[in-house]
Amino acid sequence: MVTPNLAPMEEIVSLYQTVQFSEVISWIKVGTVTDFPENAGACIKHNSRQIAVYHFTRTQKWYACQNLCPHKMEMVLSRGLIGDMSGVPKLACPMHKKTFSLEDGSNLNGEDYSIATYPVKIEDGIVYIGFAE
Amino acid sequence: MNRIILIGNGMVGYKFCEKLIAHPKRNQYDLLVFGEEIRPAYDRVHLSEYFSLQSPDELLLASRNWYQENGITLRTSELISWIDFENKKVLTHKGESFDYDYLVLATGSSPFIPPIKGVEKAGIFIYRTIEDLESIQNYADKLKAKGRFQAAVLGGGLLGLEAANASKELGMTTHVIEFAPRLMPRQLDQNGSDLLQSKIENMGIKIHLGKNSKEIVGEGKVERIDFTDGTSLPVDMIIISAGIRPRDEVAKNSGIAVGERGGVLVNNKMETSIPGIYAIGEVALYNQNIYGLVAPGYEMAGVALDQILGGTKLMSPSIDMSTQLKLVGTEVASFGDPFIEGESAIPIRYENKQRGIYKRINISKDGSKLLGGILVGDSADYNALFQLYINEMKLPENAEDLILGQRGSGSKSLLGSVLDLPDSAQICSCESVNKGSICEALKSGACTDLKGVIQQTKASTCCGGCKPMVVDLVKETMKSLGKEVKETICEHFEYSRQELFDLVKLNNTSGYNEALDQFGKGHGCEICKPVMASIFASIFMETANKQIAIQDSNDRFLANIQRNGTYSVVPRVPGGEITPEKLVVLGQVARKYDLYTKITGGQRIDLFGAKLNELPLIWKELIDAGFESGHAYGKSLRTVKSCVGSTWCRFGMHDSVSFAIRIEERYKGLRSPHKLKGGVSGCIRECAEARSKDFGVIAVEGGWNLYVCGNGGANPKHAILLASQLDDDTCIKYLDRFLIYYIRTAGPLIRTSTWLEKLEGGIEYLRKVVVEDCLGMAEEFENDMDGLVEKYTCEWKEAIENPETLKRFKPFVNSEESDDQLVFVPLREQKMPRPW
Ligand code: SRM
Ligand SMILES: Cc1cc2nc3c(=O)[nH]c(=O)nc-3n(C[C@H](O)[C@H](O)[C@H](O)COP(=O)(O)OP(=O)(O)OC[C@H]3O[C@@H](n4cnc5c(N)ncnc54)[C@H](O)[C@@H]3O)c2cc1C
Ligand code: SF4
Ligand code: FES
Repeated sequence: MVTPNLAPMEEIVSLYQTVQFSEVISWIKVGTVTDFPENAGACIKHNSRQIAVYHFTRTQKWYACQNLCPHKMEMVLSRGLIGDMSGVPKLACPMHKKTFSLEDGSNLNGEDYSIATYPVKIEDGIVYIGFAE
Repeated sequence: MNRIILIGNGMVGYKFCEKLIAHPKRNQYDLLVFGEEIRPAYDRVHLSEYFSLQSPDELLLASRNWYQENGITLRTSELISWIDFENKKVLTHKGESFDYDYLVLATGSSPFIPPIKGVEKAGIFIYRTIEDLESIQNYADKLKAKGRFQAAVLGGGLLGLEAANASKELGMTTHVIEFAPRLMPRQLDQNGSDLLQSKIENMGIKIHLGKNSKEIVGEGKVERIDFTDGTSLPVDMIIISAGIRPRDEVAKNSGIAVGERGGVLVNNKMETSIPGIYAIGEVALYNQNIYGLVAPGYEMAGVALDQILGGTKLMSPSIDMSTQLKLVGTEVASFGDPFIEGESAIPIRYENKQRGIYKRINISKDGSKLLGGILVGDSADYNALFQLYINEMKLPENAEDLILGQRGSGSKSLLGSVLDLPDSAQICSCESVNKGSICEALKSGACTDLKGVIQQTKASTCCGGCKPMVVDLVKETMKSLGKEVKETICEHFEYSRQELFDLVKLNNTSGYNEALDQFGKGHGCEICKPVMASIFASIFMETANKQIAIQDSNDRFLANIQRNGTYSVVPRVPGGEITPEKLVVLGQVARKYDLYTKITGGQRIDLFGAKLNELPLIWKELIDAGFESGHAYGKSLRTVKSCVGSTWCRFGMHDSVSFAIRIEERYKGLRSPHKLKGGVSGCIRECAEARSKDFGVIAVEGGWNLYVCGNGGANPKHAILLASQLDDDTCIKYLDRFLIYYIRTAGPLIRTSTWLEKLEGGIEYLRKVVVEDCLGMAEEFENDMDGLVEKYTCEWKEAIENPETLKRFKPFVNSEESDDQLVFVPLREQKMPRPW
């Protein structure tokens, strides 16, 4: 059995801080548009971070957020269903269906924890995620 | 500006804050709150949920910010140790002093610790605060690691039973010790208690009644309790729940009058013996009583606030102590005066030992009024009976109908219509919301639906016991306003599942996006997507591989997600029959991929801990060995469980295994509103537990009896006889009709048993549809089913053969690595995910 030597939870959580478009220092190429499923999510890995990326084909918008669900600290958010709540794009965690806004990462069930979101840009069919370092 | 100081930031203190900020005169007052606990006020009523929460903060009634945003100064971890009422000052334990104009004591109570010898030993706990539960959990963990599992709860009242359940959930072997000869002695009579006892014993908790503890024995820590009758019980930890004592120490030391047996004396204005000082909640002694429930405390908070702000509100002369026990699997309620009989009242009792139900109502001598009662085993009618009692409503001619009437008939039949209640009828006693204000919220147009009403009135936000009644009231009021109450799926589709089903079928709609454009709006969500996926599957027999993006997460990956994000693999084993060759393959595959294996409750084998990228590899090997998807992840046919039947069993009447296999093969892959399970037993000994399934077939003389609409789970129901002595083909024919009718008409995530409950006409009507074909649709139903059966394909086979659909099992789009964040810990000779 492999039991990886993981960083403590607080350290893993602190890896994920929302990045605003204006704060982006490096745009990381994570694949082509067709690598990602339509109207659903997939996960990418950048150094020690796992980032969930969603393509809302109906509105032609892209969103990205941490793959770590803050409810039980599992790397699962990219596997959740997406949609909207009164126009706000959202995602539902596959574990217990807690929902989060993909615009600002806020928790839509009125609980205290939220998620970090990241800017996405598409250029010539390539998908980039923005990081602040 | 007048300054109010509030001592105590518990549930009632918080309610005082909430009421102040909603008051029009709020701006003339300044509020300073002291709380001894480290956290702001939290929901003590749901304290037991602490064990299943990620963070205790989820219990907070409001965040720290809330106080700030509303201009309230909150000082936690600060105890008031002295009140100088002559100079209108309070002193904190740190020696700081603060001036007030009005003072409110909401210091609550603390658990009573009986003076038993040895009660100071390690391993003895109380059950009142988050910290108490934290220490209980830690201590239990340590004990378990040492292989010690015995826990006792002293006290068999409401709280004691809740604590006992928590202790059991923590994995301790739990004993309840009660001094009285029965459980919940303040709420239940002997019959009620006897029944509750057997239910609780069935949950695995041991009950010891009429036991007086003499001494707690052990070296430094608890090892044994000795009773006065000479017996003793070895235990490793004890939780004391022997009643409460008001925390009146500051008041008493400072010269405010308290009762002989504790509690700050108050009048009906909630005023103490000192003008300008009020007491509310569990510390207040009103009418010579301490009330250990939130509802009276909340009322007191309202009265005290109103009095301080110059109003004239008074406390009700009599306080209602009706309660429901909050243990899953045990319905217990007690209201009004549960025991009254003799001169003034006649009790009517109903007991059904087989079904585990005991009901008692106490009727006034002239038969006109309900004075109180007890419900054990079935408290579905609690809300309705409580309304009859609290509003002193006139009873029907035959009062016994109130407890003998049909089960599950709910509030309607007992009360006529919920709309017949007087406007003053209190619906939510925790938040003190009456019927009038609920109806008004809708009539005035301020709210348009249930969610709005709950948000505005706060009804059902505390213990939730009144929720069914609030739902009914909203429904009926909307109806009376001429507004149709539609059971719509979500904000994206204003249709019921049945309507959507018909729309898709009629328009031959081919996909989700098209449906959204044609009869929905917005971009969908986690509720409507799986519902539509289920409808497409039920109509066109399309597998979950076709429209991947709308499948519930488990269907999208054709496997059940587990605690750490890995998956389980459950191949189909029709009827539970499996060859040794196939068993060997399962073992080999599990060993190769290091999977945890377990026999499921559905007669098959579950392989747990597969990584996303391993799923197709594992399934390829299984499919090559002749296995198929077991659809353990889908709202679809799961298993048709079978006993061994006449092939081997000396009592077997027919070959249950062959028939179970035939049924399972026929319906495998069939998607439905909720999961579907079946069972076939070879005789009435019923070893396949067929009657706890959505459909059950039992061999009898002359054929099969067909039972429908049963289930296990949280609300077990036995399936009901639909038809008897059927031959194989007729049985299948009836099953086809029954299943298609259910699939077409049930709401999303409604199991067959709940569907039947809501079906007008019940089982008699269902029998007319299925057996007598009163709708003239039997042939259509059978053809539909034949069509679906013909189109079946194993979706795992389909998935591994298509490189495009395989893409979804790649953990990272931009890397070939697998997820390195997965952690497993050893479990006996296997492994499991690290605990949360
Ligand atoms: C594996 C298994 C437990 C076991 O180790 O034995 C199991 C595991 C789960 N059950 Fe179950 N149930 C299992 C047999 C049962 C049974 C017994 C049976 O089928 O005879 C019942 C009671 C019978 C019934 O369904 O009425 C049962 C009643 C439930 C319920 C309650 C359903 C209800 O209507 O109240 C749920 C919750 C739900 O579906 O909403 C549930 C939900 C679940 C879920 C899906 C919870 C979840 O969402 O993760 C578990 C998934 C485990 C997995 O990943 O495979 N499971 N579950 C059993 C798999 C049987 C199989 O071979 O497919
Ligand atoms: C496990 C459990 C389950 C329950 N279930 C139910 C239920 O189902 N239904 C129901 O109606 N009720 C239930 N109750 C009872 C309910 O929680 C209480 O009635 C309610 O909390 C009383 O509120 P209170 O504000 O008076 O007291 P508390 O909530 O105890 O608050 C008093 C606060 O004051 C603080 N304090 C005391 N003295 C001082 C001081 N000198 N200075 C500063 N702070 C001080 C205390 O630390 C405490 O935080 C339950 C209780 C428990 C423990
Ligand atoms: S009873 Fe079923 S749902 Fe509950 S823990 Fe066991 S397997 Fe999971
Ligand atoms: S782990 Fe995401 S909702 Fe629970």
